[in-house]
Amino acid sequence: MLNHIKQKLEAAFPGAKVQIADTSAGHESHNSSGAHLAVLITYRGFAGKSLVEQHQMVYAALKDEMKDQVHALKIKTRTE
Amino acid sequence: MNSEIKKIIEQKINSSTVFLFMKGTPEEPRCGFSAQVVSILNDLGIEFDSFDVLSDEQIRQAIKEYANWPTIPQLYINGKFIGGCDIVRELAASGELMELIVK
Repeated sequence: MLNHIKQKLEAAFPGAKVQIADTSAGHESHNSSGAHLAVLITYRGFAGKSLVEQHQMVYAALKDEMKDQVHALKIKTRTE
Repeated sequence: MNSEIKKIIEQKINSSTVFLFMKGTPEEPRCGFSAQVVSILNDLGIEFDSFDVLSDEQIRQAIKEYANWPTIPQLYINGKFIGGCDIVRELAASGELMELIVK
Protein backbone atom coordinates (compact mmCIF):
# COMPACT_ATOMS: atom_id res chain seq x y z
CA MET A 1 0.00 0.00 0.00
CA LEU A 2 2.85 2.42 0.76
CA ASN A 3 4.23 1.93 -2.73
CA HIS A 4 0.80 2.43 -4.28
CA ILE A 5 0.36 5.75 -2.48
CA LYS A 6 3.89 6.87 -3.26
CA GLN A 7 3.30 6.16 -6.95
CA LYS A 8 0.01 8.05 -6.94
CA LEU A 9 1.66 11.09 -5.38
CA GLU A 10 4.60 10.97 -7.78
CA ALA A 11 2.16 10.78 -10.69
CA ALA A 12 0.15 13.72 -9.36
CA PHE A 13 3.21 15.85 -8.65
CA PRO A 14 5.70 15.34 -11.49
CA GLY A 15 9.29 15.65 -10.40
CA ALA A 16 8.39 15.70 -6.72
CA LYS A 17 10.39 13.91 -4.07
CA VAL A 18 7.99 11.79 -2.02
CA GLN A 19 8.90 10.21 1.30
CA ILE A 20 6.32 8.09 3.02
CA ALA A 21 6.13 6.22 6.31
CA ASP A 22 3.58 3.99 7.96
CA THR A 23 3.01 5.31 11.47
CA SER A 24 0.14 2.97 12.34
CA ALA A 25 2.06 1.42 15.24
CA GLY A 26 0.69 2.78 18.47
CA HIS A 27 -2.74 3.52 17.01
CA GLU A 28 -4.02 -0.07 16.99
CA SER A 29 -6.67 0.61 19.60
CA HIS A 30 -8.75 2.88 17.41
CA ASN A 31 -7.30 2.03 14.03
CA SER A 32 -10.17 -0.03 12.71
CA SER A 33 -10.63 1.88 9.50
CA GLY A 34 -7.27 2.25 7.80
CA ALA A 35 -3.63 3.10 8.16
CA HIS A 36 -1.91 6.07 9.72
CA LEU A 37 0.59 7.44 7.23
CA ALA A 38 3.04 10.30 7.12
CA VAL A 39 4.22 11.88 3.87
CA LEU A 40 6.87 14.46 3.14
CA ILE A 41 6.51 15.89 -0.35
CA THR A 42 9.02 18.25 -1.89
CA TYR A 43 7.47 19.75 -5.00
CA ARG A 44 8.17 22.99 -6.86
CA GLY A 45 4.50 23.25 -7.84
CA PHE A 46 3.64 24.05 -4.21
CA ALA A 47 5.37 27.41 -4.52
CA GLY A 48 3.03 30.35 -4.16
CA LYS A 49 0.23 28.24 -2.71
CA SER A 50 -1.08 28.48 0.84
CA LEU A 51 -0.57 25.58 3.24
CA VAL A 52 -4.26 24.75 2.98
CA GLU A 53 -4.04 24.66 -0.82
CA GLN A 54 -0.92 22.48 -0.70
CA HIS A 55 -2.55 19.98 1.64
CA GLN A 56 -5.76 20.04 -0.41
CA MET A 57 -3.69 19.09 -3.47
CA VAL A 58 -2.28 16.11 -1.57
CA TYR A 59 -5.71 15.02 -0.36
CA ALA A 60 -7.10 15.39 -3.89
CA ALA A 61 -4.39 13.11 -5.27
CA LEU A 62 -5.37 10.49 -2.69
CA LYS A 63 -9.12 11.03 -2.87
CA ASP A 64 -10.01 7.34 -3.21
CA GLU A 65 -7.51 6.15 -0.62
CA MET A 66 -8.70 8.71 1.95
CA LYS A 67 -12.19 7.21 1.83
CA ASP A 68 -11.28 3.95 3.47
CA GLN A 69 -7.67 2.78 3.29
CA VAL A 70 -6.13 5.74 5.05
CA HIS A 71 -7.42 6.78 8.45
CA ALA A 72 -5.00 9.62 9.02
CA LEU A 73 -2.43 11.30 6.86
CA LYS A 74 0.25 13.49 8.37
CA ILE A 75 1.35 15.88 5.65
CA LYS A 76 4.50 17.94 5.40
CA THR A 77 5.09 19.91 2.23
CA ARG A 78 8.14 21.73 0.97
CA THR A 79 8.82 23.60 -2.23
CA GLU A 80 12.50 22.67 -2.53
CA MET B 1 -24.72 19.58 0.64
CA ASN B 2 -28.13 21.16 1.21
CA SER B 3 -28.39 24.84 2.06
CA GLU B 4 -29.84 24.16 5.49
CA ILE B 5 -26.74 22.22 6.59
CA LYS B 6 -24.49 24.84 5.04
CA LYS B 7 -26.29 27.50 7.04
CA ILE B 8 -25.84 25.54 10.27
CA ILE B 9 -22.11 25.17 9.55
CA GLU B 10 -21.71 28.86 8.79
CA GLN B 11 -23.60 29.81 11.94
CA LYS B 12 -21.21 27.70 13.96
CA ILE B 13 -17.97 28.95 12.43
CA ASN B 14 -19.14 32.55 12.75
CA SER B 15 -20.31 32.10 16.33
CA SER B 16 -16.80 32.46 17.69
CA THR B 17 -13.52 33.99 16.52
CA VAL B 18 -11.92 30.56 16.82
CA PHE B 19 -14.03 27.50 16.10
CA LEU B 20 -12.96 23.87 16.04
CA PHE B 21 -14.75 20.90 14.51
CA MET B 22 -13.34 17.95 16.40
CA LYS B 23 -13.96 14.39 17.54
CA GLY B 24 -15.07 14.50 21.16
CA THR B 25 -14.93 17.56 23.39
CA PRO B 26 -12.01 19.75 24.50
CA GLU B 27 -12.27 18.08 27.92
CA GLU B 28 -12.50 14.61 26.42
CA PRO B 29 -11.11 14.40 22.87
CA ARG B 30 -11.87 11.13 21.08
CA CYS B 31 -9.00 11.29 18.60
CA GLY B 32 -5.31 12.05 18.98
CA PHE B 33 -5.34 14.70 16.26
CA SER B 34 -8.26 16.57 17.80
CA ALA B 35 -6.50 16.32 21.16
CA GLN B 36 -3.33 17.85 19.68
CA VAL B 37 -5.16 20.87 18.30
CA VAL B 38 -6.98 21.42 21.61
CA SER B 39 -3.66 21.21 23.42
CA ILE B 40 -2.00 23.73 21.04
CA LEU B 41 -4.88 26.20 21.47
CA ASN B 42 -4.86 25.76 25.25
CA ASP B 43 -1.09 26.19 25.44
CA LEU B 44 -1.37 29.49 23.59
CA GLY B 45 -4.27 30.58 25.80
CA ILE B 46 -6.58 30.81 22.80
CA GLU B 47 -10.29 30.67 23.63
CA PHE B 48 -12.41 28.67 21.23
CA ASP B 49 -15.76 27.01 20.73
CA SER B 50 -16.06 23.52 19.33
CA PHE B 51 -18.45 20.98 17.90
CA ASP B 52 -18.21 17.21 18.30
CA VAL B 53 -18.71 15.73 14.82
CA LEU B 54 -19.21 12.28 16.37
CA SER B 55 -22.52 13.60 17.71
CA ASP B 56 -23.89 14.38 14.25
CA GLU B 57 -23.09 12.22 11.20
CA GLN B 58 -24.70 14.69 8.80
CA ILE B 59 -22.48 17.55 9.95
CA ARG B 60 -19.47 15.24 10.03
CA GLN B 61 -19.85 14.48 6.32
CA ALA B 62 -20.95 17.99 5.29
CA ILE B 63 -18.01 19.74 6.94
CA LYS B 64 -15.58 17.71 4.82
CA GLU B 65 -17.31 18.93 1.69
CA TYR B 66 -17.62 22.49 3.02
CA ALA B 67 -13.88 22.89 3.55
CA ASN B 68 -12.83 20.56 0.72
CA TRP B 69 -10.90 18.78 3.45
CA PRO B 70 -11.37 15.05 4.09
CA THR B 71 -10.37 14.87 7.74
CA ILE B 72 -11.28 16.10 11.22
CA PRO B 73 -10.17 18.24 13.13
CA GLN B 74 -10.81 21.46 11.20
CA LEU B 75 -9.96 24.86 12.64
CA TYR B 76 -11.71 28.09 11.62
CA ILE B 77 -10.59 31.59 12.53
CA ASN B 78 -12.83 34.57 11.79
CA GLY B 79 -15.04 32.25 9.73
CA LYS B 80 -12.19 31.16 7.50
CA PHE B 81 -10.89 27.59 7.24
CA ILE B 82 -7.32 27.49 8.54
CA GLY B 83 -6.42 23.81 8.35
CA GLY B 84 -6.11 20.52 10.16
CA CYS B 85 -3.70 19.31 12.81
CA ASP B 86 -0.47 19.57 10.79
CA ILE B 87 -1.16 23.10 9.59
CA VAL B 88 -2.27 24.29 13.03
CA ARG B 89 0.96 22.92 14.48
CA GLU B 90 3.07 24.67 11.83
CA LEU B 91 1.24 27.97 12.24
CA ALA B 92 1.48 27.80 16.03
CA ALA B 93 5.23 27.16 15.86
CA SER B 94 5.82 30.08 13.50
CA GLY B 95 3.63 32.47 15.48
CA GLU B 96 1.26 32.98 12.55
CA LEU B 97 -1.65 31.43 14.41
CA MET B 98 -1.72 34.26 16.94
CA GLU B 99 -1.45 36.81 14.14
CA LEU B 100 -4.51 35.35 12.44
CA ILE B 101 -6.53 35.75 15.61
CA VAL B 102 -5.38 39.26 16.42
CA LYS B 103 -6.07 40.41 12.86
